[in-house]
Amino acid sequence: MTDIPLLSLTIFLPIIGALVILLIKEDEKSVNNIKKVAFWTSIGVFILSLLIWLQFDSSNPGYQFEEKFRWFNDFNFYYHVGIDGISLFMVILSTFLTPLCILASWENIKKRIKEYMLAFLFLETVMIGMFASVDILLFYVFFEAVLIPMYLIIGIWGGEKRIYASFKFFLYTLLGSVLMLIAIVAIYRFTGSMSILELQGNNFPKNIQIYLWLAFFASFAVKIPMWPFHTWLPDAHVEAPTAGSVILAGVLLKMGGYGFIRFSLGMLPEASQYFSPLIMILSVIAVIYTSLVALAQTDIKKLIAYSSVAHMGIVTIGIFVVNSQGLEGAMVQMISHGIVSGALFLCVGVIYDRMHTRDINFYGGLVNKMPIYATVFMIFMLGSVGLPGTSGFVGEFLVIVGAFQYSSLVVIGAASGIVLSAVYMLYLYKRIIFGLIENEKLTEILDLNLREKIILIPLALVVIMIGIFPNIFIEPMRLPLELIISNYELANGK
Amino acid sequence: MENNLINFILVPEVSLSILAISCLMYGLFSKTNSFNKTTNFATLSLLFVSALIYLDFTTSFAFFDNFFSNTTFTKFFKILTSLGAAASLIISKKYFIDTKINRFEIPTLLLFSSLGMMLMISSKNLMMMYLAIELQSLSLYVVASIKRNSIESAESGVKYFVLGALSSGILLYGFSLIYGFTGHTSFDGIFITLSNLNELPIGLIFGLVFVLVGLAFKISAVPFHMWTPDVYEGAPTSITAFFAIVPKVAATALIFRFCLEPFGKFYFEWTQVIFFLSVASMFLGAIAAIAQKSLKRLLAYSSIGHVGYVLIALVAASDQGIKSASIYMFMYLVMNIAVFSIILSLKKSDEYVEKIIQLNGLSKTNPILSASLTIIMLSMAGIPPFMGFFGKFYIFFAAIESKLYLLAVLGVLASVVSAFYYLRIIKNMYFDEAADNENFDFHINNQAKLILFILMFIISFFILYPSLLTDIVSGISLN
Repeated sequence: MTDIPLLSLTIFLPIIGALVILLIKEDEKSVNNIKKVAFWTSIGVFILSLLIWLQFDSSNPGYQFEEKFRWFNDFNFYYHVGIDGISLFMVILSTFLTPLCILASWENIKKRIKEYMLAFLFLETVMIGMFASVDILLFYVFFEAVLIPMYLIIGIWGGEKRIYASFKFFLYTLLGSVLMLIAIVAIYRFTGSMSILELQGNNFPKNIQIYLWLAFFASFAVKIPMWPFHTWLPDAHVEAPTAGSVILAGVLLKMGGYGFIRFSLGMLPEASQYFSPLIMILSVIAVIYTSLVALAQTDIKKLIAYSSVAHMGIVTIGIFVVNSQGLEGAMVQMISHGIVSGALFLCVGVIYDRMHTRDINFYGGLVNKMPIYATVFMIFMLGSVGLPGTSGFVGEFLVIVGAFQYSSLVVIGAASGIVLSAVYMLYLYKRIIFGLIENEKLTEILDLNLREKIILIPLALVVIMIGIFPNIFIEPMRLPLELIISNYELANGK
Repeated sequence: MENNLINFILVPEVSLSILAISCLMYGLFSKTNSFNKTTNFATLSLLFVSALIYLDFTTSFAFFDNFFSNTTFTKFFKILTSLGAAASLIISKKYFIDTKINRFEIPTLLLFSSLGMMLMISSKNLMMMYLAIELQSLSLYVVASIKRNSIESAESGVKYFVLGALSSGILLYGFSLIYGFTGHTSFDGIFITLSNLNELPIGLIFGLVFVLVGLAFKISAVPFHMWTPDVYEGAPTSITAFFAIVPKVAATALIFRFCLEPFGKFYFEWTQVIFFLSVASMFLGAIAAIAQKSLKRLLAYSSIGHVGYVLIALVAASDQGIKSASIYMFMYLVMNIAVFSIILSLKKSDEYVEKIIQLNGLSKTNPILSASLTIIMLSMAGIPPFMGFFGKFYIFFAAIESKLYLLAVLGVLASVVSAFYYLRIIKNMYFDEAADNENFDFHINNQAKLILFILMFIISFFILYPSLLTDIVSGISLN
């Protein structure tokens, strides 16, 4: 569209910011400069991604802002990036959350600030690059490179059991993704192409599709995560620093859902239909089981972590019912969950910074001392529950409408999970916010400061905006999703 | 015909042997300690020889009744060997002087050993192969035990010698069986005899297996790896660096040529053996390294694991397999030189760092150094975007192309296990605090620093222009 390589600029601007930070010597005085460089770089990236959204053409189902260069001379691998309606909001979600994360770490990260900011900027490049890749090998490189900064973020700045959590996170997800590597190599072996664009459709015989599908499933099911592959998630979330949890829940989990839509549905439609009952069973178990587990938690972060697994169960149901309502619902649910759960982790971070505990029983009656906090927390809590008017409602509602066309049993499972989510979230809110202050230590607690307001209020506005005008977000993704659905129906003879 | 002599001298091996003998003579007759000069001389000789190999004046030569092959494959591996040997001399020079084992015999013997390795890579005859292997091993037995007053060093030398002699015996027995059943010692003769056979006679199978066992010992593939950790740990670190870097490359080239040239037709027979060696090496390398406390032992097991991956490419028995193995060995060399150049220069309270736990808290005091070590470890574990990932990728591509799905899946599973111990080193540097306040001391001379810088650049930015290497490799073939 323009001569400026806008997309590559968006992907690599954080790295440029990181190089600037590398040049700053870390001492008492320059720490603030490091933070500022990191923050303004990420703001710049956010503005660039908004420019992409502004110029985005919703009537075009294919990739836009494409850039393509030869990468390997002996293989058909390209540096090929592009944005379509499916990846657009994933990119914006990443660029939106990163500056908020850097802002949220302004005061509570006290050691090795330089490395911390470097890790976050590297992470941002990798996340955007992954969603923007059109070449599968490029996608894989970014997909796995995510592990490096996240491993360091959990391991260096995490809580008490950080080493255990960081190793579990790294090895668990690596195990899934190396199997995907084998599938990618096999795809290249069969077709001689690595372009997501060329491989859309039904290119493989069914028996091969099944193996490829399982390999991709191993990777994405760990990433999203589905029950029973979710056990790394609570550990990683609890031990990670607040901003790490936000990125983990906000963006990294979405990589799984994105992969399911792009690869499993887009390239392996017959196998996707073959395995959809399995996905439904696992998802329904995830929704109900993890909701019950969440109900029993005493650690706020752990509760939100389990609720993420349940919400992702709704997403996988929406993806594998494969109709426009289901898929659009799944996409909106992913965006909404990215914002809401990120915001919930930030809310936990606010009180953790003040009291240094995440024990639910420690708190109670916060509304008396922190009225603004109680209000924004309520918005996010309701967004998580899926109250009409918030972002959560749109996604869950569409998924349930879509699931009705698949099977009413699945609807019963999904709907009961939504009811349970109301139970554990409201119960959490009651225990932390309402009542009288019984713990003496809480009498001095302060309400949100300016920095925290700047972080949380935009998030709250977005939650409500998606709830009221969901069409802004659904419109660009409609055509690419329709394309995937029609491919799927063609392949399965519907 | 008049410039025959000059042409003869310009054969890399001939020139190297002349240089090695001059190095020996100079060391013997010099009155003062000539370690410094001989090391520089040896380094320059190796660089000169690698230039000779690259320029290749000898294409039309057929020495000693076809004992000797000169192809793009052998050239590539010989350049790797000589450059690797030169680099290992440069990075270990300061360590030798520091630990007072600065004897001129070391560079001289390493030159002879490199000569043996180059002959090994090129050998086209069983006799030649045996002599070359012995030349490189005998030199290495001596340097392993060069630190005479240290029990560990002596032990490692003896262990290496006894097991090496045993493996040579097995190798010779295999040769005699092959000779007995084919009537030839040259690769070409064996190949012609075998091409008339429909199946291998039992005696030849025995001969083949014995030779493979002997070669597996040289590349330290499981279950013939027992010497590796002990020798790596016992020998002075600078010698360990040489062991880890160079002989592996040469022996790998030899096992590829031995399997694919004379026995190329009967790949079904030997791939079964190599399949087992490969899987066992990958998994034992990965699992045994987990429990190690010593950095050198850990690197020993890591090198065993890497050998397992290269053998996947051998099982593939295809052109792509040869190319993938060449790429992988190049990366193996680069990563190992880089890691050893760091270990050989890193001191903590006046002692060289040898235990993993001594790395605790390194990132606080030496952020750039620990970032480099982190990148090397991630690269060795095969995590993108670093170079090692592409090596693994090529290996798995070769495996998938030859329909070795099981082997590929086992390979990636082993790579997940091995990621654990590479991550553990990062954990020690970044997540753990140093127990005491003693400072790290990173002393590295300028040439070694330059090498480290170049290698780190290659490891980190290989992704930007991979074709630089893959274009070279795509021209490689055994013929």
